[in-house]
Amino acid sequence: MSTTVGNLARASALSIGALALAVMGGPALAWQPTKTVEFIVPAGSGGGADQMARLVDGIVKKYKLMDQPMVVINKSGGAGAEGFLYVKDAKGDPHKIIITLSNLFTTPLATGVPFNWKDLTPVSMLALDQFILWVNADTPYKTAQEYIAAVKKAGPNKMKMGGTGSKQEDQIITVALQKQTGTKFTYVPFKGGGAVNTQLAGKHIDSSVNNPIEGVANWRGGKVRPLCVFDEQRLIYKDKITETMSWSDIPTCKEAGVDVEYLMLRGIFMPGGVTDEQRDFYVQLLKKVRDTPEWKAFMEKGAFNQTALTGDEYKNWVAKAEQVHKDLMKEAGFLAK
Amino acid sequence: MAELESLFQGFAVAISPFNLLLMFIGVLLGVIIGVLPGLGGANGVAILLPLTFTMAQTPGGTTSAIILLSCIYWGALFGGAITSILFNIPGEPWSVATTFDGYPLAQKGRAGEALTAAFTSSFIGAFVAVMLITFLAPAMANFALQFGPPEYFSVYLLTFCAFVGMSKGQAVKTIVSMMIGFALAAVGLDTVTGQLRLTFGFTDLLKGFDFLIAVIGLFGIGEILLTLEEGLHFKGTRAKLNPRVVLDTWKELPRYWLTSLRASAVGCFMGIVPGGATPASFMSYGVAKRFSKDGDKFGTGMVEGVVAPETAAHAAGTSALLPMITLGVPGSPTAAVLLGGLLIWGLQPGPLLFVEQKDFVWGLIASMYLGNIAGLIVVLTCVPLFAAILRIPFSIIAPVILVICAIGAFTVHTSVSDVYLMLVFGVAGYVMRKLNYPLAPLVLALVLGDRAENSFRQSMIMSQGDMAILFSNALVGGLTTLALFLLFWPVLASLIKRIKGG
Amino acid sequence: MSEDHSSDRSAASVRAVELTVAVLFFALGAIVAWDSYRIGTSWGDEGPQAGYFPFYIGLIICFSTTLIFVRALWAKAKSHESFVSRGQLKMVMKMLVPSIVYVVLVGIIGIYVSSTLFIGFFMLWLGKYGWLRTVPLAVGVSVAFFLLFEVWFNVPLPKGPLEALLGLD
Repeated sequence: MSTTVGNLARASALSIGALALAVMGGPALAWQPTKTVEFIVPAGSGGGADQMARLVDGIVKKYKLMDQPMVVINKSGGAGAEGFLYVKDAKGDPHKIIITLSNLFTTPLATGVPFNWKDLTPVSMLALDQFILWVNADTPYKTAQEYIAAVKKAGPNKMKMGGTGSKQEDQIITVALQKQTGTKFTYVPFKGGGAVNTQLAGKHIDSSVNNPIEGVANWRGGKVRPLCVFDEQRLIYKDKITETMSWSDIPTCKEAGVDVEYLMLRGIFMPGGVTDEQRDFYVQLLKKVRDTPEWKAFMEKGAFNQTALTGDEYKNWVAKAEQVHKDLMKEAGFLAK
Repeated sequence: MAELESLFQGFAVAISPFNLLLMFIGVLLGVIIGVLPGLGGANGVAILLPLTFTMAQTPGGTTSAIILLSCIYWGALFGGAITSILFNIPGEPWSVATTFDGYPLAQKGRAGEALTAAFTSSFIGAFVAVMLITFLAPAMANFALQFGPPEYFSVYLLTFCAFVGMSKGQAVKTIVSMMIGFALAAVGLDTVTGQLRLTFGFTDLLKGFDFLIAVIGLFGIGEILLTLEEGLHFKGTRAKLNPRVVLDTWKELPRYWLTSLRASAVGCFMGIVPGGATPASFMSYGVAKRFSKDGDKFGTGMVEGVVAPETAAHAAGTSALLPMITLGVPGSPTAAVLLGGLLIWGLQPGPLLFVEQKDFVWGLIASMYLGNIAGLIVVLTCVPLFAAILRIPFSIIAPVILVICAIGAFTVHTSVSDVYLMLVFGVAGYVMRKLNYPLAPLVLALVLGDRAENSFRQSMIMSQGDMAILFSNALVGGLTTLALFLLFWPVLASLIKRIKGG
Repeated sequence: MSEDHSSDRSAASVRAVELTVAVLFFALGAIVAWDSYRIGTSWGDEGPQAGYFPFYIGLIICFSTTLIFVRALWAKAKSHESFVSRGQLKMVMKMLVPSIVYVVLVGIIGIYVSSTLFIGFFMLWLGKYGWLRTVPLAVGVSVAFFLLFEVWFNVPLPKGPLEALLGLD
């Protein structure tokens, strides 16, 4: 019932908008950007969100999907708070979009910096990023069970788990893992996912929960080994990555007896207070981006979960994800005091 | 010598009239980017990336594309020195140390000499680094993997120790200056605990204090204010504009071969680690000052004081591409954008790139040699032109410099509050200079404070609070010992002297 | 002649400035130490807490500036030395005051218009150039920067009402 009401309300809003246009005598063309679009990345250059933003930018330019130029701007200060506040403050500005990662939820919860996804307009989910449990290839652990058993045997705080930042997704997964298995890792925070994987390849830490794209180069180079993926089903990509394995050969953590699931949002938001036509322009733009071969190749290389939601579905997903993060972080004691 | 064969194949790919043209275009663009603090190599690379997509689709086009992009990188490395020497404004972070002696040289009317020395040293530094990449790439990539948090901390410690005590004036003011740098570096989010520090609820403070803004203010604006006391003109306006200055300086340069050698070693080491070009330049300057005969004259306009940081910065900047190629870990924002380019062209950086994309890698390495030579030719021919900028009347150039500084400060975080901050730093720089507070320790602490603290605390987490981790293996123990040795070198040196004398 | 004398007179003594700066830095150190104390300054099992280093950095700043303060207070010989003469201060202010106005304007009317005004003002007022030379140069520099940053390198800089009017933002 409520959806019908929502649809009706939206339909009438649309017709009022159309009416307004008709009255003003303007051409009934869809809205288009009239100046440079700023694409904000609330993370440092070289990270997963940055790579994805630059790919989108590259595809938009290559296929000339937009008349106005687009520029990628990194605003990584305060675990992304700098970028989110910048977009929040640009209320009503249709020339700014932002790509999010889990710090959309974790940063305000952990630091108390005043922003919430409800300050923004959800545009479209691009994909969901997976997390994989990795160990160094020289270690004897072939499965997640073996590794967890070894961690238990070593005793609390003996094995080192590396991750990006503090009180963010990597540490949340680590805490969930500990709770599930009754182990205790020493969590070592680093600045970025690439650095974490290099540290693992250099044996400075014992394991990591890197995204596929952060670990794939070292996996192919025979330096690290994936143990399990934190999702309810296996990855769908069947092409061989190493000589013997493809992404789909990695078991889920649940199969391995570690029932932990976590997916990270890679989605696009706009400032609050923009019109539906303005939002729809970007929805269409991103749909075109997702249809290109470059995007598909990127998805496959990074073994992404290609769920892409828009509209209310997307909004509901985000609301649910926020609640999940609230619960997880409350349990872990990560909430700002 | 399989490497040599591959390299010559690489040259064969790289040397075509079209590619040579691309090199010169790239270098010229890069120099412009390097001169303006508002534009970084990342801007130039990002803007040309879409253009290269089309190029990459033609046969051999990927190589052309990467040649164009990497030449922008070389150009930017060269260009950073120009404003450092002429106006005391570092165009890029790694040219801060170049101002220490480069600017005094320009004030003495020897801008042409300083520029020539800077460019030539840059070339030598980069050249040594490329040779290293050519012959030792795989081995060095594995060396970089040896670096965990304790090793990083010892490298930062080494940088500090190589630099500390080099500033003249009261020791207590050096300490205050350095501590202020550390305090500014601590502002923002603490990576290790995820807590906000020293932000006092101001959202503008979330992003912390950026090094470039502090440097533009303290050095650039502060210097303009200081110059104004003497009247409406820059010193050193009577710089020689004769192209012969290049040859004259070249005659002098071989004297500093030992400094060059040390600086190249420091730079390559810091690039591979990857500690980065900026710390490398500081470390190299500190080491050169400590071991040079004329060490106490550093800071008054010594050519050697330009050679040391420039050689190291370029050796580091160049060898920093190695971890990008072999590990897929970008050593700098520019490298990160290049990395993005590789991905879009369908290349996967990582340990296997050398095996799977042999032509591409060797084409890139060959273009490093050629791009450097192209860069040197371009910038050296322009030396008289650059020096002539000093002849523009003060009442025109001063406001233009301020505008450039304001643009530079703004672009760091696309934030107007940073422009205000830059001016505050400018006034602070003016007052501190007049009261003999040394500025270099502040800047170094601001660059490295955050990283040093992080790696120290990561080490402590790993060892559960045991300091012995800083001596836990030969590498980290050696680095820490070397750092302590450098720190106490002045005391040791005087002791040795006394024993010998007695 | 009398004018020359007045411009040679000291506007502030080294001692006065030294004392002021020491007090300011002391305050900075105190703020740093205070905020760090709030977030924890102990050395736990997992190494130092977030406030550990900044706390001691703040204390060192306070301690060192106290030393500088006391030293400056005692140093009789230096007390009359001039930090900056009136003439020098006047010159510095000639740059500093317009610069302050300029950066404030950047936030309001954008960087291009304020840069044109700033460069133009300087050439007319300090350089004594005529309008005929000033206007083309000041406008030219801003246009060049506009082309370089907005058009070629796609770097958005602050813009104001004029750009909006021209449809350039």
